[in-house]
Amino acid sequence: MTKNSRNTAVYKLYELFSSMRFAIGLLTILAIASIIGTVLKQNEPYPNYAFEFGQYWFAVFEQLGLYDVYHSGWFLTILAFLVLSTSLCILRNGPGFIKDMKAYREKASDNSLAAIKHSVELPADKVDPDTLRAYLRGQGWRWREYQREDGSLVLAAKKGAASKLGYFFAHIALVVICIGGLMDGNLPLKLAEMVGSVVPETRDIPQSQIPPQSRLSTANLSFRGNVTIAEGKSGDVVFLNAGNGYLVQELPFTVSLKKFYVDYYSNGMPKLFASDIVVTDKASGKVTEAQVKVNHPLIVDGVAIYQASFGDGGSPLSLKAWNLEAPQMQPVDIKGISMGSQPLRANGKDYNLEFGELRVFNIENMSGKSDDAAGKSLSQRMQDAREVKHEKQLKNIGPSISFKLRDKQGQAVEFHHYMAPIQQDGASYMVAGVRSKVSDPFQYLRLPLDDKLSLERFMRLRSAFMNPALYDEIAQRTTAKAMQGSAISPAMQQQFAGSVKWILARFAQGGFVALEQFLDEKVPQDKRQAVAQTYVKILQGAVVDVMDVADAKAGLPPVAMDSQHYRFLLDSLVGISALHDYQAPVLLQLQGFDQVQASGLQLTRSPGKNLVYLGSLMLVIGIILMFYVREVRLWLRCGTASVRLAMSSNRHNRDLDEDFRRRSEAIQQLVRGK
Amino acid sequence: MELAQSFVEQPLYKRLKPSDWLYAVLVLVAAGQAWRLYNPFMDGYEQAILAGSAIGLVALGWFWKAWRWFFPLSASVALLGISLYHGQLARAQTAFWLKFLLSSQSAIMWMCTLFFLATLVYWAGLLTRSAMLSRMGSGLTWAAAVMGGAGLFVRWYESYLIGSDVGHIPVSNLYEVFILFTLITALMYLYYEARFATRQAGAFVLLVISAAVGFILWYSFDRQAHEIQPLIPALQSWWMKIHVPANFVGYGAFAMSAMLGVAELLVLKGVLKDRLPSAEVLDEMMYKAISIGFLFFTIATILGAMWAADAWGGYWSWDPKETWALIVWLNYAAWLHIRLVKGWRGEPLAWWAVIGLLVTTFAFLGVNMYLTGLHSYGGL
Repeated sequence: MTKNSRNTAVYKLYELFSSMRFAIGLLTILAIASIIGTVLKQNEPYPNYAFEFGQYWFAVFEQLGLYDVYHSGWFLTILAFLVLSTSLCILRNGPGFIKDMKAYREKASDNSLAAIKHSVELPADKVDPDTLRAYLRGQGWRWREYQREDGSLVLAAKKGAASKLGYFFAHIALVVICIGGLMDGNLPLKLAEMVGSVVPETRDIPQSQIPPQSRLSTANLSFRGNVTIAEGKSGDVVFLNAGNGYLVQELPFTVSLKKFYVDYYSNGMPKLFASDIVVTDKASGKVTEAQVKVNHPLIVDGVAIYQASFGDGGSPLSLKAWNLEAPQMQPVDIKGISMGSQPLRANGKDYNLEFGELRVFNIENMSGKSDDAAGKSLSQRMQDAREVKHEKQLKNIGPSISFKLRDKQGQAVEFHHYMAPIQQDGASYMVAGVRSKVSDPFQYLRLPLDDKLSLERFMRLRSAFMNPALYDEIAQRTTAKAMQGSAISPAMQQQFAGSVKWILARFAQGGFVALEQFLDEKVPQDKRQAVAQTYVKILQGAVVDVMDVADAKAGLPPVAMDSQHYRFLLDSLVGISALHDYQAPVLLQLQGFDQVQASGLQLTRSPGKNLVYLGSLMLVIGIILMFYVREVRLWLRCGTASVRLAMSSNRHNRDLDEDFRRRSEAIQQLVRGK
Repeated sequence: MELAQSFVEQPLYKRLKPSDWLYAVLVLVAAGQAWRLYNPFMDGYEQAILAGSAIGLVALGWFWKAWRWFFPLSASVALLGISLYHGQLARAQTAFWLKFLLSSQSAIMWMCTLFFLATLVYWAGLLTRSAMLSRMGSGLTWAAAVMGGAGLFVRWYESYLIGSDVGHIPVSNLYEVFILFTLITALMYLYYEARFATRQAGAFVLLVISAAVGFILWYSFDRQAHEIQPLIPALQSWWMKIHVPANFVGYGAFAMSAMLGVAELLVLKGVLKDRLPSAEVLDEMMYKAISIGFLFFTIATILGAMWAADAWGGYWSWDPKETWALIVWLNYAAWLHIRLVKGWRGEPLAWWAVIGLLVTTFAFLGVNMYLTGLHSYGGL
C-alpha cells in the first residue's frame, strides 16, 4: 500500500474495523445487547407487553424491537459488524501470519540474536554442526541453515507453527458460524415484511381463510414453526411467530397423527411423549411412517419434525347434568367435546358451556407429609439427608375435566370436576372445584357417593331438603323420635316440631352459613354456642328422617342406619351446604370419555446447520492449536569458539524459561568437547 | 554424535513406565466389564461414549500421573459401596459401612466435611507459613475428591436401584452438578498446584469450593434436593453425559481463575505478599485456568447446541441459558484477546477474572433462579 492511500478515509475505516479495539468493543456491545433479551421475555403476545409497560413504553419498546431482540435490525447489524471486523482482521493479519509461518529467520543478525530475551553465548571447545543437527533432529525441530560471510553458520529452527494455523481456524470459524446462522435466520422474511410482500396475520381465523400475503411457499429456505394435530387428523402447514401475528408456512408434505403417547413415572413426572406420525409427500406421494419423541426427531426432505408439546385434541365426553335449581328432576345425559363449546339451556336461561382440557391422569401426593424441614429432630434430618428416595404416597386420582359456564352477560364461572370416586377415610366422594376468577385457586367441595357410587342418593336427599311440602312429615318423625328418647317433654312437642321445620327451611335456603348468620344477628353472643349446638343436633337428627321420607317418596326401602350410612348423611349436610357456593344451575358429572389427544409438533428447516457445525469444529480445533501448541523458535549461531543459543516463543511464560534452561545445558554439553 | 543421541526425544510409548501400562490395562478391563454387563442396554452413542471415556481416562492418567491412583481409588471406594448394597436400596440405612461412609449421601457428606477441613488447614498453612499444614490441605482436598467421586458413582448405581427406568448419570439437576462442580474445581486446582509447585493458592480456591459445599448442605438439608428424581423426556439423552461435564470443567476453571485473581490482587496490594506465590505465578495460573476453561466451555456450548438441535428443534433458540452462555463466552474471549494480543498483565486482568466469576455465576445459577426458559429443570 502506498503512503498516499494510507491516509484516505477508506483506509482509516479499514484500520478501525479490523482493529482489536473495535472487536473488543463489539464483543462487549453484543454481550450487553444479549442481556436485554434474557431479562425481557421474548415473543410474548403483544397485549401482555402493553399491559406490563403501558401504551407509551409499549410503543417505544416495539419500535426498538425489544420483543424479539435477537431478530431486530440493530442486533443483526451488530452481528454483521462482528463478521466484518473478524473478516478484516483475518485479511489484515493473515498475510503476515502466513509469511511468518513459512519463515525461519535464518538471516537474523548477531545483534538481533543477542537482543532476544532468552539468549546466551556458550563457550565451545569444538563446534561440530553435525552434532547440533543431530540434536535438533532428535528433538523434532525443523530448521534452515545459513552460511554467513564471516564463516559462521546459523541454524534457525522452529516448532509448533500450527499455533498460527489455530488463529485462522478460530477466526474463520466465527465467520462460518455467523453465515450459517444467517442462512437459518429470518432476514429474508424481515425484508419481505418491510417491503410489504409478506404481512403477518393477526386475526384468529381458520387456516384455510388466511390470505396469500400471510402464507409462505415451500420454497422458503428456512423456517421454524409449530402445528398442533389431533389424533386421526393431519396438517400440511405450520405457523410461524411473526411479531404481533403469525405466518402460515406451507409444507411439502402432509403430516398425519395416528396416535400420541404419554407415559408417567410412578411419581407423576412425565416419562415419555411420543407421536406416531405418517408423512406423505405431496408431489411424489411417498409415505414415511415413524415415531417421533423428545430427543428423537424425524427428518423428511430436509425438514426436521420434533415432538414439542401435547394437549387435548377434542375428546367426546358424556356427562350427567343434575339440575340444582329443580332438584326433583331426573338427571339428563348430555354430550360434549373437550376444548369445544356448546350452548346450554337450563331453567329457562341460556348459557354457553366451554369445555377445557380433559386430563386423564392426575397424580397427587396423598401422604400429606410436608417436605418442610422445620420441626424435625436432628436424627430425622440426618436420616432424610441420607436417603436418596423419599416415600411418598402418590396416587393417580383419575380423569378430570375443566369447563366454564358463561351466562348471557358474559360472566363465567370455572369448574374442575374429577370423574372417578375419590376415597377419603373409607368413604367415596365426587370432588368438584369451582372458582369465579382465573387468578383464584379452585374451591373444592366433596359430595358423598352412595353404595352404588352414584350421586343419586345425595341428590334425593337434597331434593327432599329443598321440598317444603315434606317438612311436616319430617318434623313429625323427628319429634316422635325425640319424644321416644325423652329428649323433650310432651309440652314442647309443638314448639320442637316448629323448630325442626324452621331449621330445615333455613338450611335449605342457605346452608350452615344461613344458620350462622341468623345466630349472629338474633342471638346474644353468650348464648350462641349453646344454640348453635342445639341446631346442629336437631339437624343431625332430622337428616335421618329427611332421608327416610325421601326414600319412601321414591318408593325405596329405608336405608339401614349404620355408622357408614350415618356418616354419609352428615357428609351430605356439608355437601348440600357447600353447593350454595357452587354458582351454577346444573352440576355436570363426567360419566365417560373417548380420549383424543393432540400432539404439538415443531417443524424446522435449517440449511445452515451443517455450516454452523463445521464452524464449531473449526473453532474447537483453532482454540486447541492456539492455546496448546506453543510456537517456539530457536537459533544456533556456530562460531569458532562459541555457540549462541537464542530462543523465542509467541508466549513469554515460565515454560519458555524452563525450556531455555534445559536446552542451554544440553547445547553446552554438546559443544564442550568429549 | 553419540551424545546428541542421548537428547533424542523418545516417542510417547517409550516414555511410559510399567505403572502407566498397568493403569491403562486396569481402565480398559473395567471398561470391558462395563461393556459386558451393560452393552445390551446402551445405544450406539452410549457405547461410543463408554469407549471414548476409557480412552480419555487412559490419556488423562498418562498425562497427569496423580490421576493414575486417584481414579482407581475413587472407583474402588464406589465399587465397595455398590457391593454392600446386595441390590437393595434400603440397606443404605442398615448396613454399617453404607450408613456411615459409602452410601452416596454419606460419601457426599464426607466430601463436604473434608472440603471444609481442607479450607481451614490451607488457611492455617498459609498464615503460619507451615509447609506441613499446606501439604495436609492438599491431602484433605484429595480425600474429599475421592469421596466426592465415589459418592457420584454410588449415586449413579442407587438411581438404578430405585427403578430401572429412573436410573441415570448423576448430572441431571442442580444438586448433582454442584457436587460435580466442587469435584472438578478441586481436581483442576490440585493439578495446577502440582504443576506450579505451590500450595498457598489453595486457601483461596478452596473458598469458592467451600461456598459451593455450603450451598450443597443447605440444598440438601433444607430443600431435600438430594432425592433422586427420574429424568423428564427432554433430559433422556446421551448428550447429557458429555454436555454437562464439559460445561462444569468450564465453570470450575473460571471459578478457580477468579480466586487466583483475588489472590493476585492481594499480592499486588501487598497483602499476604510474603506468604503467597508471586503475582507472576498467580497470573500464569489464572491464564492457564481461563484458557482450559474457555476451551471446555466452547466445547460444552457447541455440544449443548447440537443437543438442542435434537431436543428443542434448533441449535440456537436464544433461550436465556444459551444467551448467558454466549455472554460468558464473549467475556472470556475478550479477556484472552486483551491478554494475548494487547499483552496486558496484572491488576486489570485479575479484576476482570474476578468479575468474570459474577457473570459465570449468573449464567450458572442466576438464570435458573430469575429467568425462565427451556433449562428450567435446573431450577432452585
